Amino acid sequence: MSLTQLIGIFLAAILTENYVLCKFFGICPFLGVSKKLDTALGMSAAVTFVMVLATAVTWPIYTYILVPKELDYLQTLVFILVIAGLVQLVEIVLKRFIPSLYHALGIYLPLITTNCAVLGVTMLVLDKGAENPSFGYIASLVNALGAGIGFLVAMVMFAGVREKLESCDIPESLKGLPITLVSASLVACSFLGFNGIVDRLLN
Amino acid sequence: MNSILTAVILVAVIAFIVGLVLAAASVLIDVPMDEKTQAILDLLPGANCGACGYSGCSGYAAALSKGEAHPGLCSPGGQMAADAISELVGVESVKNLPKASVVHCSGSDCNTSKKTLYQGVNSCMAANQLFGGMGECPYGCIGFGDCVASCEYGAINVDNGVADINPDLCRACGKCADVCPKHLIRVEPVSPHAVVKCSNCDKGVYTRESCKVGCLGCMKCVKVCPLGAIKIENFHAVIDSEKCNGCRKCVEVCTQQIIQLIGT
Repeated sequence: MSLTQLIGIFLAAILTENYVLCKFFGICPFLGVSKKLDTALGMSAAVTFVMVLATAVTWPIYTYILVPKELDYLQTLVFILVIAGLVQLVEIVLKRFIPSLYHALGIYLPLITTNCAVLGVTMLVLDKGAENPSFGYIASLVNALGAGIGFLVAMVMFAGVREKLESCDIPESLKGLPITLVSASLVACSFLGFNGIVDRLLN
Repeated sequence: MNSILTAVILVAVIAFIVGLVLAAASVLIDVPMDEKTQAILDLLPGANCGACGYSGCSGYAAALSKGEAHPGLCSPGGQMAADAISELVGVESVKNLPKASVVHCSGSDCNTSKKTLYQGVNSCMAANQLFGGMGECPYGCIGFGDCVASCEYGAINVDNGVADINPDLCRACGKCADVCPKHLIRVEPVSPHAVVKCSNCDKGVYTRESCKVGCLGCMKCVKVCPLGAIKIENFHAVIDSEKCNGCRKCVEVCTQQIIQLIGT
């Protein structure tokens, strides 16, 4: 797999296949932690880290253990198990080395365990690998990294939108979550504009 | 059979490896809890009720050890916990009077009637959303017992259509007060004081139509109170539990007999 193709995978994961705004995975932290820019950055960093690490671990488990033993139906179970363990590990590490981020993330950190964006990335890269045999381990990792960066882009953009919302005169009935969901849908719409951009960019 | 066995063994092995890694990590890079926080946590009752306003006992202990919280907020712990914590954090002991929740309604089935036949979900919250419940009094207890379900100490039961809280079992966590859609439950000190068991905000004429024992706002109790602890708010009497000393004068004078003395 050439470098151009890897860059293509990376950019596609950020823009056209954005896991939050195009595939609607991981909406819970997207709405929950995007209030402030610094927690949004921290959460995205944690999610990106877990995504890459999870893919790095689950890809070999799937390819070299589950498939040869014809146990690929255990995919979801085993992946959740591994992701849960990884998140616990990240939690312990954060608590020790970056306590301020640990407290800022609060409940959303353990929630990465059940974050479908992480599970989605680990499972969808396998589907891509099944469709296209050249989509191997490295490509999967790049895709996972791109997905994490895409998560970060979505979070940071949305944190900006929400900071603008703070100073807006919002109708009483739309205050709080309703206006947040409406603005999330508008931001998601804007991401439709990226369709096809990566292919044109590289070819 | 064989493939099931392989699957079980495989998942078990993966779980075991993950467990080992986590155990190693928690031993190697774990952060020990602050000694002071741990000592405070041991003094707290561990009910995790949230009455203090923090996320459970550990949250309250952390805030206390940083000096951000008031030592007298733990209702279940009461005075004993307050004293012990004050001593530990080195501040003057504070009064933490025992508290209990009180239902401010007497609209039992014999005192008020139903205006509609309700056949929906058996929940006060649901009934309240449909024209404010089926009772004649729009402010009274609906009686489906959302508070009973919220109580972790079994202190509440619905008796004859009105919730009743046993002050001996109540730990004043305030969960019932949060779920009551009519906001009839308030957490009050258990020291002897009078309570008006009505929250009707209509004028006396209309209150009389909807309930036999509603507060009419007749001001008799206000006039008789020697301490000025009673005032009429929204057409019903409200007693300031901090000023009231439980002299019973208002209890005797109330024509509707809905002022009760509690904490005796």
